[in-house]
Amino acid sequence: MTLQQFMNEAISPWMREDGPDSDIVLSSRIRLARNFAEASFPLIANQEDLEEIKSFFQSEYEHKSFQDYQDFSFVPIRDLSPIEKRVLVEKHLISPHLAKHADSAATLISENEQVSVMVNEEDHIRIQLYFPGLQLDKALKKAFEFDDWLEEKVNYAFDETRGYLTSCPTNVGTGMRASVMMHLPALAITGQLNRMIPAINQLGLVVRGIYGEGSEAVGNVFQISNQITLGKSEEDIVEDLQSVVQQLIEHERKARIRLVEQSSTRLEDRIYRSYGVLEYSRIIESIEAAKCLSNVRLGIDLGIIKNVSRHILNELMILTQPGFLQQYAKKTLTANERDVLRASLIRERLQLEK
Amino acid sequence: MECQECQKRPATLHFTQVMNGTKKEVHVCEVCAKEKGYMTYPEEGYSLHNLLTDLFNFESAPLGNTSGDTFMPPKELQCPQCEMTFTEFKRVGKFGCATCYHTFSNRLDPIFRRVHSGNTKHHGKLPKRKGGDLHAKKQMESLKTELKHLIENEAFEEAATVRDKIKDLEKQMRGENE
Repeated sequence: MTLQQFMNEAISPWMREDGPDSDIVLSSRIRLARNFAEASFPLIANQEDLEEIKSFFQSEYEHKSFQDYQDFSFVPIRDLSPIEKRVLVEKHLISPHLAKHADSAATLISENEQVSVMVNEEDHIRIQLYFPGLQLDKALKKAFEFDDWLEEKVNYAFDETRGYLTSCPTNVGTGMRASVMMHLPALAITGQLNRMIPAINQLGLVVRGIYGEGSEAVGNVFQISNQITLGKSEEDIVEDLQSVVQQLIEHERKARIRLVEQSSTRLEDRIYRSYGVLEYSRIIESIEAAKCLSNVRLGIDLGIIKNVSRHILNELMILTQPGFLQQYAKKTLTANERDVLRASLIRERLQLEK
Repeated sequence: MECQECQKRPATLHFTQVMNGTKKEVHVCEVCAKEKGYMTYPEEGYSLHNLLTDLFNFESAPLGNTSGDTFMPPKELQCPQCEMTFTEFKRVGKFGCATCYHTFSNRLDPIFRRVHSGNTKHHGKLPKRKGGDLHAKKQMESLKTELKHLIENEAFEEAATVRDKIKDLEKQMRGENE
């Protein structure tokens, strides 16, 4: 696997499979924060220690495989161009933090892009493992197995009382952040989601919009994740998250049915207008693109739009991000140039479906 | 839902803030979040870390002891491993190394309680290496309580089985430590 392949494909190989409830849940992720017991945390560690950790990961894990996660690529972040860094962030393979603190940071990425290990992020080790659809239990099981595999060679910073020790007090204990990415257009359109958020927060879970500038929920894609990492077992945290996600799925499905029953013409109008914009526009900004993509995806899920693949939302959401567009053009683009290229890529992609 | 600060833009940041023991739900837009200091690093998006440093900072005032050390300047806690001081930790909101957890151990419970809904102790995965030992220790404790109980109730046959189990476990633990 070469770096080029990570860069050229908008969809990671694991995304091509449909997981359970994948009409609503795009992906499930488990992230584990771990540190070496001996070295200071990256925030204040000296350069030599961080370089040593980096080369440890290169020598021990580059081109190694574990179960389904084959042939890990080792990528030092400072070797990447700004556009390449952006692409990896847009694909959620690395965090914005890692891209910014490039000096001694690196990442290991499995061939199917299902597992990535960020080295010298806020913590020495951040394991990320993705599954398509709602598969938190499976993701947790695999993340644990992967964690045990790393632990064979790494002496983790761990304390009997406090658990896994992390740089930030918000991660201590399990070091785990479990999250689910959901497409919730009907709950967002009807304003129900905003009423549900406070209740979800009460359970120690956080809801936030992803995509688009800042934290605005462009494209109706939301991330639900646990906030608490101390005092509850990983299994309990995942179970709580799972039950909230299942309720959200049910509510979303009901809201979709109600939309179809009560305002089907308006809904169809909304969906077809968006489809028209995507199919015919020559200049499109990322916010408009995301809104239209969300509507079209809803149309596909409801059977209103036929013969267009469901993956189009996941794929075009990533493909039309600034980093990816520039990677595709192989040069830096102005905002206007990006809007033109975005429109033309979307048109091409929709043509492919015909 | 609209932003509670400006009442114009939609609220995009939602969280529960616990201040002086009272819970308050906050729903604000990003612009107001920045203005009101809920968030200072726009590129990091989420504001929790910044909220945290605020939480640490007022923690020392109401909870610290007000008598006694007024004329003796309190000795600054400093981590022997990474040299981070407790003041620095409160300012940054991040630990410097694993040893900081021991160095500041006495002062961490209130912070963890606030961040983790009242929890201060880990109840989850154990590293395999340390885990083996810990599991055995916990098992040993419960076996010994069971044995005591059985003897008190004069259930000697069962007690003998439990005693054998303890012996096996002891052997196993010694084996692991060698």
